[in-house]
Amino acid sequence: MKIILNNTEEQFSNQEMTIAELLLKKKFSFRMLVIKINEQLIKKGEYETATVHDGDNVMVLHLISGG
Amino acid sequence: MTFDEIRNKLKNKTVGIAGCGGLGSNCAIALARVGIGALTIADFDLIIESNLNRQYYFFDQIGQLKVFALKKNIQMVNPRVKVRAFDIRLCQSDIMEIYRTCDVIVEAFDRPEMKQMIIETVLNHMPDKYLVVGVGMAGWGDNNLIHTRRSDRLIICGDEKKEISEQMPPLAPRVGIVANMQANAVLEILLGINE
Repeated sequence: MKIILNNTEEQFSNQEMTIAELLLKKKFSFRMLVIKINEQLIKKGEYETATVHDGDNVMVLHLISGG
Repeated sequence: MTFDEIRNKLKNKTVGIAGCGGLGSNCAIALARVGIGALTIADFDLIIESNLNRQYYFFDQIGQLKVFALKKNIQMVNPRVKVRAFDIRLCQSDIMEIYRTCDVIVEAFDRPEMKQMIIETVLNHMPDKYLVVGVGMAGWGDNNLIHTRRSDRLIICGDEKKEISEQMPPLAPRVGIVANMQANAVLEILLGINE
């Protein structure tokens, strides 16, 4: 499948995958994330169940400190 | 749009700023200069000397509460701005209450837990509110890493990379750039895209 991840097109061999699998694959191990699939906010408890499909627009925002 | 037309539009608008550190203080001053009608600001912290490397405060304000010192500084720049100042450590219900009447909310916290809390609060519980967040501004240089991106009602400003640490402190130039990018994103929401 092809998805847009953080404004960049990315190709994966899977037909679909959960957010948890996507994070593992991309090695996104950061503790504080905000994740959206097609503008829909995904809560931390939903990472194992929310799935990404072909054509989805996924945002993974790393909330780093500082302000 | 002329500056008079801009000021006329902005004078009826209210912007909420959550946190009055490097991002919040500089963003508030930029919005005050261009004539925003009202600002709602909140913070619980006191000014210490090390804040002065980036935050919009003065040496003789050390020891004061940031939120009241910022109110004073805003009104020294532009006394027409109505400022509501809350000396408070914000939680979800406070955010929903004090920023309820704002047209746009600016996230200006330092801790990631707080950034996450306000993003979830605004996106889940405050429909039609825009939120402008600052993510990644530590250190110096790397001008071109700093960017803006938008996902529906969430606008992200910063480099999304450089975390604060002992070796990578927040400094006036990059913090000021991101704070002013946040103010600029607020103007784009309030005035429309500049064509």
